[in-house]
Amino acid sequence: MTRMDLPLPWENVARRLSAEGLPLTARPYRDLGRSLGLNEAETMRAVAALQHLGVVNRFGVILRNRALGFTVNGMCVFDLPDVRLAQAGTQVGALPFVSLCYARRRQPPVWPFNLFCMIHGRERDVVTRQFQQVRELLGTDVPADILISRRCFKQRGATYAPEATPWTPSTGIS
Amino acid sequence: MDAIDRNIVNGLQGGFPLCPRPFAVAAQALKLDEEELITRLTRMVAEDVLSRFGPLYHSERLGGAMTLAAMAVPEADFDRVCAIVNNFPEVSQNYERDHTLNMWFVVSAERPERVGQVLDQIAQLTGLTVHDMPKRREFFIDLKLEA
Repeated sequence: MTRMDLPLPWENVARRLSAEGLPLTARPYRDLGRSLGLNEAETMRAVAALQHLGVVNRFGVILRNRALGFTVNGMCVFDLPDVRLAQAGTQVGALPFVSLCYARRRQPPVWPFNLFCMIHGRERDVVTRQFQQVRELLGTDVPADILISRRCFKQRGATYAPEATPWTPSTGIS
Repeated sequence: MDAIDRNIVNGLQGGFPLCPRPFAVAAQALKLDEEELITRLTRMVAEDVLSRFGPLYHSERLGGAMTLAAMAVPEADFDRVCAIVNNFPEVSQNYERDHTLNMWFVVSAERPERVGQVLDQIAQLTGLTVHDMPKRREFFIDLKLEA
């Protein structure tokens, strides 16, 4: 998708939210807009527009996975015939324990897999069992693998201005 | 975290109200008062249980670009390569995984052409092949975790 040109006030709201989140105050939209020269109603309209445009996926608590004990993340990958991809992706994405599901480009010969799904869990055994469930759903003849995370070196969510967002090293996040 | 914190975390992973006193509305659903909800959220951010309260971005819809890349890094060289990769502000995630392709990282940038430049520079600086695996289609994205 090409770059979306947002009206400047909306873009400012997006940047501020991305960098700092919503102020934790009784009138958060008023306080967010104040320093941007917007009133409360204008700020709320901007947030509504960002949600409507799909710029914002969802609005709420952004968790540190590891702080909640979600230390295991399994990247499950499958090599599916391209004609099966759309249906399989929808099926896998609907599983309650799957947090992300994408089709990605293969890199033959080193990487034959084209369907990726991510399972986050507290225990390795559970994540491995859930991977087996996905395998059974897709057919055990489908080439598949699971790549469990060993160490996480860097994690931050997607932000509005990644090039301008400072990153603080941390080892406790996954 | 106590039971009330867990309720807050599980109850506020999406659908935050868009009205002048959203925390008051959200608190009602959680059977709390506004002030207690705000106080608890502030504490959980301070304790780093939450990274923040706000939106999750869909970076591509902002006009940015993003890709997933992988490298096969020799064990002895791992720390050097890791430092090079993490040094790029465009790298938002980097994981070691148990596979021949043992380093997996996400590169995102506001300017789409920057993503390719970063991958080229990483290849050059590390002397390793960088496998670019851009997304072709998204089926599902919603990371909700139960506290």
